[in-house]
Amino acid sequence: MPMNPMRSMLATSEAIAAEHGPLDALKETINHLCAPYYFVPLTTIILMVGLLTYRRWTKPRMALTLLFAFTVFYVGSMLDHAFFLIIKKPDNVPITIMIFSTLFCIWLAFRQAAINDERMTRGLPLIESGADDKVLVWPDLVFTELICLILCTAVLIVWAILLKAPLEPPANPTNIPNPSKAPWYFLGLQELLVYFDPWIAGVLLPGLIIVGLIALPYIDKNPRGNGYYTFSQRPMVITTFMFGFGIMWIVLIVLGTFLRGPNWNLFGPYETWDPHRPAALLNINVAEVFWVVLPEKTGLWKPGVPTQASFGLPVYLIREAPGLFILGGYFFVLPVLLAKSVCKKIYAQIGLIRYAIFWLLMSWMMFVPIKMVLRWLFNLKYFVAITEWFFNI
Amino acid sequence: MSLFNAVGDYVRESQVWGSIFRHGVPKDRRTRAMAILSNVFLHLHPVAVRKSGIRLSFTWCMGGLTFFLFLAETITGVLLMFYYRPVVEYAYADIIALRAHVTLGLLREIHRWGAHAMVIAIWLHMLRVFLTGSYKPPREFNWGVGVVLLTLTLLLSFTGYLLPWDQLAMWAITVGSNMARATPVAGHEGPGAALLQISGVPLIHAGSDARFSLLGGTLVGPNALLRFYVLHCVFIPVVVTVLIAVHFWRIRKDGGISGPL
Ligand code: HEM
Repeated sequence: MPMNPMRSMLATSEAIAAEHGPLDALKETINHLCAPYYFVPLTTIILMVGLLTYRRWTKPRMALTLLFAFTVFYVGSMLDHAFFLIIKKPDNVPITIMIFSTLFCIWLAFRQAAINDERMTRGLPLIESGADDKVLVWPDLVFTELICLILCTAVLIVWAILLKAPLEPPANPTNIPNPSKAPWYFLGLQELLVYFDPWIAGVLLPGLIIVGLIALPYIDKNPRGNGYYTFSQRPMVITTFMFGFGIMWIVLIVLGTFLRGPNWNLFGPYETWDPHRPAALLNINVAEVFWVVLPEKTGLWKPGVPTQASFGLPVYLIREAPGLFILGGYFFVLPVLLAKSVCKKIYAQIGLIRYAIFWLLMSWMMFVPIKMVLRWLFNLKYFVAITEWFFNI
Repeated sequence: MSLFNAVGDYVRESQVWGSIFRHGVPKDRRTRAMAILSNVFLHLHPVAVRKSGIRLSFTWCMGGLTFFLFLAETITGVLLMFYYRPVVEYAYADIIALRAHVTLGLLREIHRWGAHAMVIAIWLHMLRVFLTGSYKPPREFNWGVGVVLLTLTLLLSFTGYLLPWDQLAMWAITVGSNMARATPVAGHEGPGAALLQISGVPLIHAGSDARFSLLGGTLVGPNALLRFYVLHCVFIPVVVTVLIAVHFWRIRKDGGISGPL
């Protein structure tokens, strides 16, 4: 991150506006805003504002306007050559479909949630109420299914006619493409490799996602909101899930697909992928901050990373003690403090075992954005770096 | 028209028709219920369902769509297996040949885009189940079955990605499978692997770790192609089929599609 990013960004776009006109300046600004340290916080803010104001923007007219604006922006962007090159890659077409269908489905769900929440405050029945009026599966459901089946087949065939499946030159173990990307649905995880070692990004986090999803019904003991759309009856759970699914999964996929080029460098959507741009990053570990940077700045203790085993502890434990201390506090002390204060009610509701699992999942989910922010602000690489054991966090 | 009706009546009253469909024309409550009950496939449904549950705006038919796409993948996949040999020498050439010579050469397209669509559909299905709170009791277990299905669907896509044996395939799978190298304890670059050693000889090394057992080698090579082929065409689809059966069965047993109590 540059020293004064906001100012330098404005300065460049002003210069470009003066030279090439306002459109290029706008593109330049958007290119800048797509750097992860803007893109992820910005989308998070949009999500949070969206959740707070879900009763307003879900109104059909408002939603249509938003959709229209977004579509104009998206289609307009295709006029840009660099962006179009990425979009039109056959394997990236599903991502465009995913973006629009996800947005539509989120609208559909929150529209119904808004209506239901409104009705509940007025004491009216829900959209889904009337549990007793049953209909026969033949014909009502069977025919709906048949129509869905036919539509789905038709769409698939048209899609197949319009777009050829990609085929690149034959596999060649000696010719490594740059960038090498995983299939698009795993690009969120690949993006995490920027911030974490593979054992966390590729093994631990996917494992925790699966375990966490399975554990969800046993941890969320809120009996309300079962079987109908609502937001006001379970705001915390929905906010958490939408952050995990929307930002930590979908947004990172978009980032990994559209904005990562050669050497996994960041390229704005309207930037050409230049394979010769150097990867310049000077990263720092907590151990260095504690043993070198802090004492040099404050003079409180003698600078120097410990190189001798002492107190009967191996050297790496002493060297990494500050980071281990921080992580220990985060993973093991913080939950106790929370259980006694902010999370008192949750703790009383779900008990010790569920709370422990809840914290295991929650702490790791929040650890991802925390580490991202620390990387953006301080170039932090590892809290704990026991390279001897491949144990880097 | 009357001829048409006459033929229709004749067929429906014949012994052959009567032996297949044990009920009459589904036009009243009893015969409509029979239509569902006497058909092993339709019998995955209950006879009657909550009206709100089958509204398109409630389920988005996303679970159904995922299922249809799985069927489409199965059918086109079987057809593709006629033309494709999972051997390094042939695989790529077979794909080229499929493109050039096979009539209705849309098979591969339908199969590939169907796979992408299935991944999107299953995510949206999960989103709708989550946002309607349908994972809450009594449907906790079925949600869990769903999560396993989600994982398997992603693995199906992933294993299939390798089969065309082009640059895209090889390097995407290399990037993905490199993760296994770092599996804690079981990967040779994972934390804790160094603990497993007998008098200084490591048990976990590049030739014995999690990645090696996935790829059948230290590189994405012929063994990996064969393994991914078998996983993709046999093992994972069979498991998914069984789990979908469980999933559907449980929807019924858990009281049908959810609704307010
Ligand atoms: C191969 C994958 C899957 C198929 C074919 C499938 C199919 C279906 C179908 C047809 C339904 C009926 C209602 C609807 O269409 O929404 C359903 C309901 C359900 N699905 Fe899935 N599903 C799959 C994956 C999943 C996943 C990934 C989850 C969750 C993580 C899940 C959880 C559920 C639950 C809890 C229900 C009951 C919902 C209710 O009663 O309202 N399923 N599924």
